[in-house]
Amino acid sequence: MTDLVLKGKAIKLWDNISTDDIIPGRFAHLRSNLPELAKHVLEDTTPEFASRVRDMSLHAGGEAILVAGKNLGLGSSREHAPLVIKMSGVGAILAKSAARIFFRNAINQGLPVLLCDTDKIGDGDELEINLTGGTIANLTSGITLSCSKMPPIMSAILKEGGLIPYIQKHKGFVITR
Amino acid sequence: MGKTLAEKILSLKSHGEAKAGDVVIADVDLAFVQDTTGPLTIRQFKESGFEALAKPQQTIIFLDHAAPSPAQQLSNDHILLRRFAEETGCRIYEVGEGICHQLVAENFANPGDIIVGADSHTVTAGALGAFATGMGSSDVAVALALGKTWFRVPESFLIELSGVFPRGVYAKDLILYLIGQIGADGTNYKALEFGGKALAKMTMSQRLTIANMVVEAGAKVGLFPGDKITRDFLREYGRGDKYKPLSPDAGANYERVIPVNLDWLEPMLSLPHAVDNVRPVAPVKGIKIQQAFIGTCTNGRLEDLAVAAEILKGKKRHLGTRLLIAPASRQVLIRAIEKGYIQSLIEAGATILPPGCAACLGLHQGVLGDGEVCLSTANRNFKGRMGNPEAMIYLASPATAAASAIKGEITDPRDIM
Repeated sequence: MTDLVLKGKAIKLWDNISTDDIIPGRFAHLRSNLPELAKHVLEDTTPEFASRVRDMSLHAGGEAILVAGKNLGLGSSREHAPLVIKMSGVGAILAKSAARIFFRNAINQGLPVLLCDTDKIGDGDELEINLTGGTIANLTSGITLSCSKMPPIMSAILKEGGLIPYIQKHKGFVITR
Repeated sequence: MGKTLAEKILSLKSHGEAKAGDVVIADVDLAFVQDTTGPLTIRQFKESGFEALAKPQQTIIFLDHAAPSPAQQLSNDHILLRRFAEETGCRIYEVGEGICHQLVAENFANPGDIIVGADSHTVTAGALGAFATGMGSSDVAVALALGKTWFRVPESFLIELSGVFPRGVYAKDLILYLIGQIGADGTNYKALEFGGKALAKMTMSQRLTIANMVVEAGAKVGLFPGDKITRDFLREYGRGDKYKPLSPDAGANYERVIPVNLDWLEPMLSLPHAVDNVRPVAPVKGIKIQQAFIGTCTNGRLEDLAVAAEILKGKKRHLGTRLLIAPASRQVLIRAIEKGYIQSLIEAGATILPPGCAACLGLHQGVLGDGEVCLSTANRNFKGRMGNPEAMIYLASPATAAASAIKGEITDPRDIM
C-alpha cells in the first residue's frame, strides 16, 4: 500500500482560535447556505485568510495547510467550523493541540487534523504531510516532525473520507484494538 | 481496581470494562439538537441514508438559539426542524419553552445516563450524574440513527470541595476560579469529577452552573455523584423513580486531585476575550458597562433570578446600563413571577426576554455595539461572541451582574449587599 501524502504551503495562525473566530454565531442565519457561510471563514481576525487559501490552491501546485498553535477550535460544537475551513480549500490542519469537539468534527468531515510541534513551522513553509505514517517533512527548513497518533477508529473514519461515508460502508462502528 | 464516575457509566453502557484510554461503543439514552446545529444534523442523517430514529421518544429538537427567529433563513430552518419532528416522531420543544440544557435537566437527565447533544454545553446534565457531552452534527446524526456512539474513555480530574460559599460568592465564582486555574485546555479530552464534603450543601442549581462550564476548561464531561440532592431534584420534577445512587469507587484512579476550600473564594470575573482570563472582581471594578445580561444555561435559573431580584429590589438600573434578563425555561419564568422576582426586576428597569438563549451567542435580543462593554452571566466571552467583534464581554455571577447594573460599572456585589 502506498502512503497517502499531501503537499502544500503553511498558513500560520496562532493559539486558542475559537469557533467564534472561525465562524461567529452572528452568521447562524447562513448555516443552511454553506457556500455563503464559508465566505466568512475567520473574517473577524484574519480577513485575508480566504483569499490566501484560494491563491495557494490555484497557483502553488499544492494544498493550503492551516497551521495553528494550541487548543485550536475551542468553544462551540458547531461542525460548521471545520466545514467552512474545508470548503475554503484547506487540505489539512496542523496544531499543537485541538479542542475535543472540533477535532472529532474535522475528522468526521474528512479534514485531516494532525497534532505536532507547530513552532517548527513558519508561515509559507513548504510541507509534505505523510498522512499514513503521521510525519511531516518541512521542505523549507529540512526538519521532519512526528505527529501524535489518533485512536484507530478515527484513522478509519478519516480514511473513508469522513463519518458519513464510514457509516455508509460499515453500517455502524467497528472497534479495532 | 476502583472506577471513576466516567469509567463506571461507560462500563455500564458499553456492557464491558471501560478503563481510561479505552475506546468503547456505548448506548445513548438521549440525543438532541438545537436550531443552529439541527439543520446540518438532519442533512447528515439523510445523506447517510437513514430514515428512522433508533429511539424517537429519546430524541429531541429544541428551538432555543434563535427564538423567536430574527431572520427569514432561521425561520426556514425552524420549518425544516418541525418537519423532521413530524416525519420521525421525535419530540420538539417550541420557541419560548426554554434552553435545551435547562429542559434536559428539568425533564430528562438521570444519574448514569448517556446524553449526547449537538451543543457544547450538553455537559450541563453532568450535574445530575449523567455522562453528557457535546458533539458535532455528524456524530449526533449517527447517534440518532444507531442509538449508540463511540467514546474514548477519559482520564478524570477530581475537584474536592470543602467549606461553604461566603456571602456574595456563588457557584459561578467557583467554576470561573477553577477554569482560571486549569486553563482553557487544561482538561482537554478529560473528565472533571466533583466530590468532597461541600457537595452535601450544594444545590442542583449550583451544580448545573458548574457542570455547564467544564467545557470551557476543555473537559468532555463534568460529573457530580448521584446523592440526596439529586434524588430530591428528581422527585420535585416528577421522576423520583429514576434516581439511583452513583459514586466513584474507593481507590478510583484520578490523574489529578485539586482541593478547593470554598471559604476562601471571592467574586470572580472572566475578562475579554478568553474564559480562562480570570481575576477577582475587586481589582477590576469600576469599568463602565453598557449592558448587563442575566440568563443562559449557565445562570438563568430560579436561584439566579432570586439573587438578582434581591439585589435589585427597590433599586434602579443605572441610566447608562441596559439590564436584560432571560429566564432559562418557561417553568423558571412562571416560578419567578409567582415569587415576585420578575416584578422586582421590571421595577428596577430590567427588560425581560423570552425563555431561551437570548443575547448569549450574538444572534438577537441584545447584540452589542462597537466599543460597548457587557457584563454577562453566560459562559463565553470570545471576540465576536455577542454579535460584534468590536465589543467586550466580561463574565460573572448574577449577583455581580445585578450589582454592576445598579452602579453602571463592574461592581463587587459584597459592596452593596
